[in-house]
Parts: sequence; structure tokens; C-alpha cells
Amino acid sequence: MTDAAISAGSNHDVRVEARNLVLSFGETPALRGASFAARRGEIVAMMGPSGSGKSTLLHCLAGILVPDLGETYFDGRRVDTMPETERSQLRRDRFGFVFQFGQLVPELTAEENVALPLLLRGTRRDEALREARSWFERLDLQGMEHHRSGEMSGGQSQRVALARSLVAQPAVLFADEPTGSLDSLNGERVMDLLTTSARAQGSTLIIVTHEPRVAAYADREVIVRDGLVTSPELALR
Amino acid sequence: MSVPLALLGLLDREPSHGYDLKRDYDTYLSPGRPLPFGQVYATLTRLARDGKALVGEAEPGAGPERKRYFITEMGREEVEAWLAEPVPAEPHLQTDLFVKVALSLMLGRHAEKYLDVQRAAHLDRMRELTHLKQQGNLVEGLLADHGLFHLEADLRWIDLTTARLDALAGEVRP
Repeated sequence: MTDAAISAGSNHDVRVEARNLVLSFGETPALRGASFAARRGEIVAMMGPSGSGKSTLLHCLAGILVPDLGETYFDGRRVDTMPETERSQLRRDRFGFVFQFGQLVPELTAEENVALPLLLRGTRRDEALREARSWFERLDLQGMEHHRSGEMSGGQSQRVALARSLVAQPAVLFADEPTGSLDSLNGERVMDLLTTSARAQGSTLIIVTHEPRVAAYADREVIVRDGLVTSPELALR
Repeated sequence: MSVPLALLGLLDREPSHGYDLKRDYDTYLSPGRPLPFGQVYATLTRLARDGKALVGEAEPGAGPERKRYFITEMGREEVEAWLAEPVPAEPHLQTDLFVKVALSLMLGRHAEKYLDVQRAAHLDRMRELTHLKQQGNLVEGLLADHGLFHLEADLRWIDLTTARLDALAGEVRP
């Protein structure tokens, strides 16, 4: 498939897209014309060496960073030119995030952490907590509902973080090295849960990883190198 | 995989018929690559000839010849020795892969592009194995894992080589 065929203007299947992104941090260029697109329900791995720009590209797609040049889209809507309040709302209502170290709110219990995206969207507390609790059995975390992050292992915390990212059924789930801090067995478990749940919900999942075993859970991979998505014929096949 | 030693190992559990040995070999030791019946019986005959197994009397019953095989002390010692010995730690250097990279550089071709295509091929295979692991039982999953870790090692080599292409070009170009 060609770049044109998958572009947001011509294909309603495209969920998120970046066109020719350029972004520098001070004098250091991070993105030098990167283009990328992912379809609805697609799972794509972004690979590349450290410092290649893959996390920066993910953050631009997620509306966390604004590129110096180029355009980003979600469902055909331009994201990079949105006011910050609108981008913030988009992140809250349509996107989910998983990072390397769970990043749970330490003051909250596990179930409150999972319920957080629903609470931020205005769901009633009892309803949000009920929905949150329904995830614990699925993630083999029964009995951990009232634990705080300091009382859980790395693998358990990351599964709570997964539930938090999935609970509001995001249109796009952004995962930045989601297994980076875990051993092989826990990493595998997290990837199984992440990809199975994303597929069941129809969420587009974009995973930044340098681990081939993680990338192998995706439908396809793109390679980011020196601020560019290389081999577009491979990247958009 | 040494078929004679694997069958001898299965016989070390308990005396068995050839059919049972084949079934357990196919199920637990080599899913997806079944052992032909002919090879099972030829191997058992050789093991008996070499004094590592004994053949029991033919038993009544329909179907193929039903003889039970027993392991001997010599066979048991061989299985013990085999299990205690590590598999040679051979580097799985992909000679073709390296030659293609070096030649591409010598000829001024796009070695990086070639490595990208190879990476994609490796990841395609890893995707198949990951799928198999998710769908299959524990035995199939562990065999898939073995393949996944080896392919991952190749990919690390591909990444490292990609990062060192300029230096390698300096070495291989006269």
C-alpha cells in the first residue's frame, strides 16, 4: 500500500497519522521529516535504536508534543494546531497511555488508579470503581484492589497500569516500552493482555519498543532511524 | 535432535511399544515434525542390535506387530551420559547474511536496505511463532520460545551491524 493510499484524506480507516514531522530539542534534531499512519484496530510496533526519535514521534501522535513543522491527525482531524485544552481533552477522552514504569499515582489504591480515566471523564465514582474492579480478575489481580503501588511487584503494577489505560476503551492506545522494566515472563504476560484487550476493544495500539519479542505481537513494525521512519515501502506495506 | 537417544530416553521411563514411543515423541518432543513409523522401528532394531534395548515377545492383538521394547543397563548409562552433556554452544552465525552484507558494501549497494528487508523477514517469522505460542499448548509454546530467542539474537546482530555499516565498509572496500 502506498503512502497516498493510507493518508487520512483518502482512507477513513486511518486512525492516527503524522506527516513530515520535524522537531528539535534546542539544537538537537529529534524528528527530521517523519511520516507514519496506523489504521483502526491496527497494532503497530515502532522500533529503532535509542535516540532515534521513536518516543518523540509517539508523543507527537498522542498530542503531548507539538512538532515544529508537519501535521498530525486523529480520525482526519488536525491535532497539532488544536488549542492545548482541546488536545488535553482528546488525550483524556480518546487516548490511553502505558509507560515503562507503570507510573501509578502512589497515593491512590490500585482500583482508584484504574478508575482514574473514567473519573476524569466525569463518570460517577461508584460506577467508575465498579468498572475498575471488573478488570482485576481478568488481569489475575484479585485481592489487590486496595493495594497501593508500593505494595505490589513491578509486574502487578504494570498490569494495573494496563487496566487503567484500557478501562475507558480508548480509540488509540500509546505504549512506550511497556515491558521495559519487567522480566521475560511478566513482559510476556503484559504483552498478551495488552494485545488481546486492544484487539477485543478494537483500539489502535502503537507500541514503542526496542525488543523484537515485543514487536512480534504487533501486526507490523516500522523502523525509526535518525528522526525518520525508514523504508516506507516496508512501513506502509 | 538425536532420534535414537530420544527414543532410548522414552524407553527409560517404562517398557513401551513402538506406537507409544512414536506418539510421545511426536506429542512432547517434536510437535509438528512427526517421526515416520519406519524410522521408529528401524531405530529400535538398531538399538536392540547394539545391546541398548531388548525386544519382548510378540503380543496378541490386531494391527501392526506388537512388541514391547525394554531398555538395557547399557542403554540407561548412555541416556544418563547424554543428558549430563551440554549441547555444543555453537555461534549461529548466518554466513549467507554476513556475506550478503559484506558483498553489498564492496559493490556499493544498499546494505542497510538489505538488512531492513532481512529484519522484516525475521519479524514476520517471529510474529508467526508468537501466534503459535498464544494458540498452542505449553510444549508448542516453549519450542516457539526457543525459535523466538534465536531469531531475536539474529536481530540484535542485524541492529549492531546496521549501526556499524560505515566502519565495515571501510574494512571491506579496498
